[in-house]
Formats: sequence, structure tokens, C-alpha cells
Amino acid sequence: MHAVNGVDLDIAQGEVFALLGPNGAGKTTTVEILEGFRRRDGGTASVLGEDPAEAGRHWRARIGIVLQLTAEPELTVAEMVGQFAGYYPRPRDAGEVIELVGLTGHEGRRAQQLSGGQRRRLDVALGIVGRPEVLFLDEPTTGFDPEARRQFWELVRRLANDGTTILLTTHYLEEAEALADRVAVIAAGEVVALGEPATLGGRAASDARISWDAPGGRRTVISSEPAKVVVELAAKFGDLPGLTVTQPSLEDVYLELIGENR
Amino acid sequence: MTATSLSDEFRPTAGEQRLPGAWRTGLARGRLEVAAFFRERQTVVFVFALPAVLLVLLGSIFGHQRVTDGITVGQLFTAGMIAGGIGSTSFQNLGLTIAAERERGMLKRLRGTPMSPAAYFIGKIVLVFVCTIAEVLVLLAVGMAFYRLHLPDSAAQWWTLAWVFTLGTVACSLIGIAISSLSKSATNSFPVIGLPFIVLQFISGVYVPFYNVPRWLQEVASLFPLKWMSQGLRSAFLPARAAVLEPAHSWQHGQTALVLLVWIAAGLVLCLTTFRWQTSRDR
Repeated sequence: MHAVNGVDLDIAQGEVFALLGPNGAGKTTTVEILEGFRRRDGGTASVLGEDPAEAGRHWRARIGIVLQLTAEPELTVAEMVGQFAGYYPRPRDAGEVIELVGLTGHEGRRAQQLSGGQRRRLDVALGIVGRPEVLFLDEPTTGFDPEARRQFWELVRRLANDGTTILLTTHYLEEAEALADRVAVIAAGEVVALGEPATLGGRAASDARISWDAPGGRRTVISSEPAKVVVELAAKFGDLPGLTVTQPSLEDVYLELIGENR
Repeated sequence: MTATSLSDEFRPTAGEQRLPGAWRTGLARGRLEVAAFFRERQTVVFVFALPAVLLVLLGSIFGHQRVTDGITVGQLFTAGMIAGGIGSTSFQNLGLTIAAERERGMLKRLRGTPMSPAAYFIGKIVLVFVCTIAEVLVLLAVGMAFYRLHLPDSAAQWWTLAWVFTLGTVACSLIGIAISSLSKSATNSFPVIGLPFIVLQFISGVYVPFYNVPRWLQEVASLFPLKWMSQGLRSAFLPARAAVLEPAHSWQHGQTALVLLVWIAAGLVLCLTTFRWQTSRDR
């Protein structure tokens, strides 16, 4: 049995790349191979020009991994971030990182006293304190409230703007759409779609749904030429209250893709 | 076929950057290890305070019985309990904390950083030596206050204390690190680590004077370091005439050093071959 069999990806420097897929599809396996945590039994993998299975400490100094784990329960936020900063040759300032992840004011609190969301921020702080060139984020916002998620997205965008290459796995399609330059959908260990979120799975070319509130209730027309349809409808009815023209959502495309590949 | 690459074309000179040295990082880790140890009530009570509490209890009940001219059970207990205390802050402490760190994924997380693996073990060495010296001082204070234990009164006895302490601590630490891998989760570490340690303390002259232990159990105990550590410490703290209480009627220093060195060698080999940064589930 192979958890992953046919994942062929190239991710460019500075890119934010999202891996989507149902549980058990092989996302974590793929990421762990790239992080150097898991040995693969075939194929090639290269991160920053090195094979993760063979790479040493200098390579690790250039990557950052955000793991969903509890920290040392008895140590404080400042102690943990400061300690991890000491592992890297050119770390970010610990105070700056704590501010970046929004834990300012909690420096002196022990990890076990933090809320779930705050612990996740500490996880992120430990992953970025080494100023990584490649950052792995495995389901980073699971358990975040919507506001915390927005703040986290801002942080990811800032890191990406600084040139950090980011590989993200997520269950949240809106997260992939908000952050990723490109998205790959993995199902049953294989990449079933790859592209920009806006065009994934032929999304942009798909038929659009045109809906409006007619006197007798809401009406919908599906067409491959939405502009033409809207002009015709406007000519016929005059006003079109509540008019929307939508492409299939990323979620629609995703569900269709993984449905086909189950 | 799996072909995956990230940012191949981009190779700045970061590879040339000097990584922080193992000693500096390890000593910094050691400072935080000690802080974390003394902040966690569970380990302070179970690993650090328990030997002193037991010494007070056992000593209060049996301690004033005289065994041979001028020597009391309390003095035997104190010397034995110092050996038990060394085992607790080295073997038991490392076995429990490393199993917990592996379970929490802390070791995996460290493995994902450029930290030198040596720095991790340097930090543990600092933790063990600080805790163990503090433990010995506490037990010495209890023994001197209540059971008329005397500090070694010759250079030879101080030297015995020094080498038995050092070899015993190193041997117990290495076995503790090795045995942490046998514990599949922090919650099942008691049968793997705590229970054998309690049994050994009963049969090695820590909780019960060694001459009261049945012959066959004495022989079992002789296979493990704790018996030799407690015997070596008795030789450091008790007058020479107390040697008649030992099964061999002598302190057997040469044999003690040999057994401890063999365990150090075996422990080192076990650590190097079995240490895992991840749980078996992760792989």
C-alpha cells in the first residue's frame, strides 16, 4: 500500500501553495516527506535543492515547520520562543515574533495556561522564529475563531510578501482561496487537480448561474455566456432586483473532484 | 512516481551560516530544563521529595535500632536512600520526562529544527546533575539532622563518594534515556519505569537494610547498578567496621566500579541504537 503514489509538484520560491484533500488522502504524508520526518520508498523529493531524507542541520536552519502540538507546559511563551531562536543562525527577534503572532502581553504566561488558539499561535511563532525560506503549515487554523483566522491570514500574507515559500495544507477552502497562489487537490494519494484557485478544475470556464428576484420568486438561468444572458434579461424585464452571476465555488469544484476519485 | 520540489532554483548562501554550537544551546536548554522541572509539582513531589519523605518515615520507624557497635539503621537508610535519590533524579526523571516529551511531540518538533542533537543531551545532563546534587544535599541534611549521619571523614571516603556518585548518576541516566523508548505513552510509563525502580529499591538496600534481603533477591539485585551504588555510598558514609554487614564482608570497590562501568557501556549502546525522536505511531 502506498499512502502517496503520484504526487508530482513543483513549487516556486515565494509561492503560497495549498494542498487540499480529504482526511487520509495523503496530504500529511506528502508534507512529512518534504519536512524530512518520513522516509519515502520511491520517487524523488527536493526542497531548497536538497533531498529532505538526507538533508542536515544547515538545511533545517532554512525551513520552518509549524506542528500542531502542545509546547513544554511549564515554560513561558518568552522562554519557548527565546529557546527556539537560539537554535538558528539568524533568528528573528523573539519579541518581534511574539508580536507578529499576536501574543504580546502573554510573554510571561506558561504554555499550559494559554487558550487553544493562543497555543496554536505559539506553535506558529516557533515555526517562524528561525526566519525560514520555506514554511510548512499543516492545517494551521484548525480551531481558530473567524477573527483569529483573519489575523493569521494577514500574517501568512506578510511572510509571503517577504519572500517566504509556504506550503499549506488545509480543510478550509476559503483559506486556500484567500491565501494560495496555486492549489493542488489530492485524493487517494494522487494529485487530481492543480492550478490557481480561480481556475481550478475548469472553474473559470464553467457555466455560470444567473439569478434574480422575479415577481413570482427567485429565478436561475445557467449559461456559458452570462453577459449576453444578462443583457437579454435586462432588455426584457428592465430592472433585475437581487441579480447575482456566480461561477461554481471552489467548494463545488473540490467536492466534485474528490467525489470522482473516491 | 513521486517528484516534488520546492524552490530548487533559489539557493542563497544560508548554507554557509554558522549554526549555534551544541554547548551554548545545550547549556541554555539545561537552564530551562531545570526551571521546568522545579515548576512542575508532580515531578517535584514524585521524583524529588519522595526519597526525603520516605527517609523521614522509615528512619522514624526503624532508624534508632542499633545494628552493630555504634551504627544505626538510620545511617544505613540515609546512605541507601541517597543511592535511591540518585536513581530517582536520573533514571526515573529522565525515563518519565523523555517519554512524555516524545508523547507530546516535543522531540519531533526539536528534530525539525537545526538544533544539534548533542545540545538536547547536554541539557539533560545539566538537568540531571543539578537535580541529583540538590537531592543528595537534601537527603544528607535529613540524615545528619535526624540519624547522626556523618560526612565522610577521610579523603579516601570523599573520593569514594565522588566516583560512586558520578558513575552511578551516569549509568542511571543512560538507562533512563534508553528505557524511555519502551514506554509507549506517558501514561503507561509507570509499569515500565516506576515499578521496576520500586522493586529494585526494596531489594538493593534502599528501603530495607541489605542484610535483611533474602539471598536470592540479593543476587538478583547484584545484576543492577542500584545495589552497588547503595553499597558504595555506605562505604563513603559509614565507618570501616560497618563492612561486616555486607554479604561479602567487604566494600568490594573494584567490583562496584566494574559493574557501574559495564552498565554505562551497555546504556550508551542502547541509547545510540534505540533512541527515537518520534513515537512509533508517527512512522
